[in-house]
Amino acid sequence: MASETVNMPERRRKLPSMSVLGPVIALLVLVAIGAMMNPNFLGAGNITNVLARSAFIGIIAVGMTFVITAGGLDLSVGSMAAFIAGLMILVMNAALPVLGVGVPIILLGMATALIAGLLAGLLNGFLITTLGIEAFIVTLGTMGIYRSLVTWLADGGTLSLDFGLRTFYRPVYFDGILGVSWPIIVFALVVIIGEVVMSRARFGRHCAATGSSEHVAHYSNVNVNRTRLATYAMLGVLVGVATIMYVPRLGSASASTGVLWELEAIAAVIIGGTVLKGGFGRVWGTVIGVLILSLIDNILNLTDLVSPYLNGAIQGVIIILAVILQREAKAKG
Amino acid sequence: MTEPVLSLRNVHKSFGPVEVLHGVDLDIRAGEVLALIGENGAGKSTAMKCLAGYQPASSGRILLDGEEVSFASLHEGEAAGIVLIHQEFNLAEQLTVEQNIFLGRELRRGLLLDKAEMRRRSREYLARVKCRVDPDTPVSKLSNSDKQMVEIAKALGRDARVLIMDEPTAVLTNAEAAILFEQVEALRATGTAIVFTSHKLGEVKQIADRVSVMRDGMVVQTAPVQDMSEDQMATAMVGRDVSDLYPAKAEVAADAPVLLRVDGLDVPGFAEGVSFALRAGEILGIAGLVGSGRTEAMEGLCGLRIARADRTEIAGQSVQIRKPSDALRHRLCYLTEDRKLRGLLLDKGMRENLTLQALARFGGLLIDQKAEDAALTRAIREFDIRAGRRDVRVGNLSGGNQQKLLLAKVMQSEPQILIVDEPTRGIDIGTKQQIYAFLSDLAASGHGIVVISSEMQEIIGLANRVLVMRQGRIAGELAGEAITEEAIVRHAVGVGADPKERAA
Ligand SMILES: Nc1ncnc2c1ncn2[C@@H]1O[C@H](COP(=O)(O)OP(=O)(O)OP(=O)(O)O)[C@@H](O)[C@H]1O
Ligand SMILES: [Mg+2]
Repeated sequence: MASETVNMPERRRKLPSMSVLGPVIALLVLVAIGAMMNPNFLGAGNITNVLARSAFIGIIAVGMTFVITAGGLDLSVGSMAAFIAGLMILVMNAALPVLGVGVPIILLGMATALIAGLLAGLLNGFLITTLGIEAFIVTLGTMGIYRSLVTWLADGGTLSLDFGLRTFYRPVYFDGILGVSWPIIVFALVVIIGEVVMSRARFGRHCAATGSSEHVAHYSNVNVNRTRLATYAMLGVLVGVATIMYVPRLGSASASTGVLWELEAIAAVIIGGTVLKGGFGRVWGTVIGVLILSLIDNILNLTDLVSPYLNGAIQGVIIILAVILQREAKAKG
Repeated sequence: MTEPVLSLRNVHKSFGPVEVLHGVDLDIRAGEVLALIGENGAGKSTAMKCLAGYQPASSGRILLDGEEVSFASLHEGEAAGIVLIHQEFNLAEQLTVEQNIFLGRELRRGLLLDKAEMRRRSREYLARVKCRVDPDTPVSKLSNSDKQMVEIAKALGRDARVLIMDEPTAVLTNAEAAILFEQVEALRATGTAIVFTSHKLGEVKQIADRVSVMRDGMVVQTAPVQDMSEDQMATAMVGRDVSDLYPAKAEVAADAPVLLRVDGLDVPGFAEGVSFALRAGEILGIAGLVGSGRTEAMEGLCGLRIARADRTEIAGQSVQIRKPSDALRHRLCYLTEDRKLRGLLLDKGMRENLTLQALARFGGLLIDQKAEDAALTRAIREFDIRAGRRDVRVGNLSGGNQQKLLLAKVMQSEPQILIVDEPTRGIDIGTKQQIYAFLSDLAASGHGIVVISSEMQEIIGLANRVLVMRQGRIAGELAGEAITEEAIVRHAVGVGADPKERAA
C-alpha cells in the first residue's frame, strides 16, 4: 500500500553527506579527466601553473567566504583589485626617484596595497552596517566606482610599472621556496589561517551566527555590525594581498584587470558548500571550489575536446549543480 | 458513539535512525474536542503532523472516514478538510494579514483577485476571534499573540472538518485563550472534529471532551475528560506526582543587599519611568497584559534596545548599560520570550547554541570544543534536554526542549541577576516544576531573579514581590499575601487600583 512506499530505507550511514563529498568527488573526477587527456597535466609545471593562477582568486575567495557566511556579499572585489593595482603602480613609480630600485620601494607598494584594501573594505562595511544599505547595492556601486577610477588613472590605457622596478619585483610572482612559488605559499597560509579562524575561532562562530539569524546573534551578545564590518575589512585586506602577488606577474594594470573576479570568487565559495544566504561557511570547501574552476579552465586549454570558449558554460553548470546538491543535503539533514 | 472522522492506526515515525513514534493509535470524532497531552518530546507535534499529512508516517495507517488515505502533501490534507495550526507559526512574515489568510486559495473574479470580497471576509474572520489588527499589516509587525489569532482566523476561513491545533494557547493571554475557546465550542457545535495540545491542564479540563496521553512516542491512556483530574493527567504524562508545582517561597532577608536598582528607565515608545529594586535572594514578578511594555523595558535595561535610565546600579555601583555586552559584564542576563526569532539558531546544533552567548568562556583565541562538549553534556543532564541525537538541528527539537536549551544557554553566562521572560512557555508540567525549583534554588543561593510571565499562577506561585505594568508604566506593586490574581488584574487593566499602592 502507499504507506509502504513512504517507508524509506535509512540512508544515513556514517558517510559524510553529499554536500561534503560532492565538491571533493568533482575535483577528483576533473583531475582524472585531465590526467587521461593530457600526459603533461600532472606534471610539476602544469600543477604549479594551475595553483599559482588559482592563488589570486583563491585568496580573495577565502575572504569572500567570511563575508557570505556572515550574511553579506561583495561584488566590488574585482574592480577593487584593479584599482589597488593601479594605485600601487602609481605610488611606486612616483617614489622611484626618491627611493630608487630596492626593497624599500617594494615594501611601500605592498603597504599601499594593504592599506588601500583595508580602507576600501571598511568603506563597504561602513555603508552596509552603519548606514544599513543593502550589501548588493553598496558593492554594486563601489564596483562601478573602482572600475571607473582605475580607467581614469590609466587614462583609458594601461598603467605600467617602471621597467627596472618590474624586473626587481618579478620574483615575488615567479620565485619561491623549494620550487613552490610565492603566490602558492601565500595562498596556502591564507587558507590555513582562514580555515582555523572559521572553524575554531570565536570570530568564525560569530560570522556564522550573524548570517544564520541577526536577531538571535544580537540577543546572544554578538556584535552583529562589528562582525560584518570586520568581514568586509578582512576581505579588503585580502584583495590587497592578492594584488601584491598579481602586479609582478604582468607589471601593469588597466580597465580590464580583475574583470569578473568577483563572480569567480563567489562561485568558488558556493561550489565549496558555503550557503549563499549566510549562516554556514567552510574555507576548505572554497579552496576546492577555486581549484575546480581553474582546472576546468586548464583542461579546456590543454585538450581540444571542447572549445575553451565554453569554459563559462561549464562553470555555470557546475555552480548550479553545487547549489542543487546543497539543497538536497538540507532537505535530508 | 459516532465513527471517528480521522484515525491513526499503529503509526510509526522515524527521523533518520531515531524512531519517535512507536505505534500511535488515535481517534478523532466529529463534534468532539480531543486533547493530546504529554511531556516535551513525547511526539504530540509529530503525531499531529502525520494526521494532517504534513509529514508522512514511516509506517502505519491513516483512516479518513474509515478509508485508508495517504496525503502526499499538506494541500491534499487541506483538500480533505483537515487544517493544521503549527506549534511554530506558519505565516509568511512579509505578507499582510489578509494575504496570509487567503494564501494559496485567493478568491478570484475572472482573472483578477477579488480584493473586496477577501477584505470583507478577512474582517469577518478576524472579528470572530476579536482580533483588532488591520488586514493590511504585514505579519512581521504583529505580536506573537496576534500572529496566533491570525492563524486561527485563517483556519476558520478554511471550513475545516478536522481542526488540529498544536499548542494554540502557548502564546495567548487568558483573555485571548477564552476567545479561542468560544470559537472552538462554536465549531464543535457545528460538528467539526477538533484536536489540540496544551501544557496548561486547566484548559484541557475546561475545553476537551476526551484526553489522550502520550508518553515516549506512544498513547498510553485515553479517557473522557471528566474521568481524569488535572493531577491524574499530570501523573499520567510525567509518570510521577507533580501536585506541588511551586517550591515553598523563601523569605527575603530584610538586610539582603540590593543587587539591582533601576531609576527612571525610559524605552522610547514602550516604557516610561520604570523604577524598581531587586534584592539578593528575591524573585520579583513582573505582570501585565501583553503589550504593556514588560518585555521592552527589560530588553532596554539589558542594552538590547535603545533606552536610557536616570540611574542604574548593580551591586551598589552605578553602571551604564548601552549594549548587551555591558549587561553581561555586570552579570545581568536576559532570557528572551521568543526562542524562535531571538533565542536560538534553529539551523545550528545544540553545542553552538549553548555556548554562543558565553563564547569567551570557552577557550581563548580558539574555541575549546572539548569544554563546549562537556558543557553540553552537563546541560543535557541538568536541564533534562531530550534530543534524539546530540547533533540534532535545534529547529528539530520539540518546542519544550528548545526552551530548556535556551535556559541552559543563558545560564552559561553565570548571571548574578537573571531576567526570565515567559520562562516556561511550551514546557510540560514536570519540567515546569523542575524549572521553578531551579529558579527558586538560584534565588536561595543569593541571585536576584526577575520573572516576566503572562501566566498569573506562575507569578503568584513564584514571586516574593510583583510589579504590575500597564501601558509602559509600573501601575502597582504587590507583596506577600497581597499577590492575588484579582489584585494583579485590577492593576493590569487599571480599574480601581488603590492609589497608595502605586509606585512612584
Ligand atoms: N524533523 C525532525 N528531525 C529529527 N528529529 C525530530 C524532528 N522533528 C521532531 N523530532 C524529534 O521527535 C521527538 C518528538 O518531537 P515532537 O515535536 O513531536 O514533541 P512534542 O510532544 O510536540 O513536544 P513539545 O511539547 O515540546 O512540543 C523529539 O525528540 C524531537 O527531537
Ligand atoms: Mg510540540
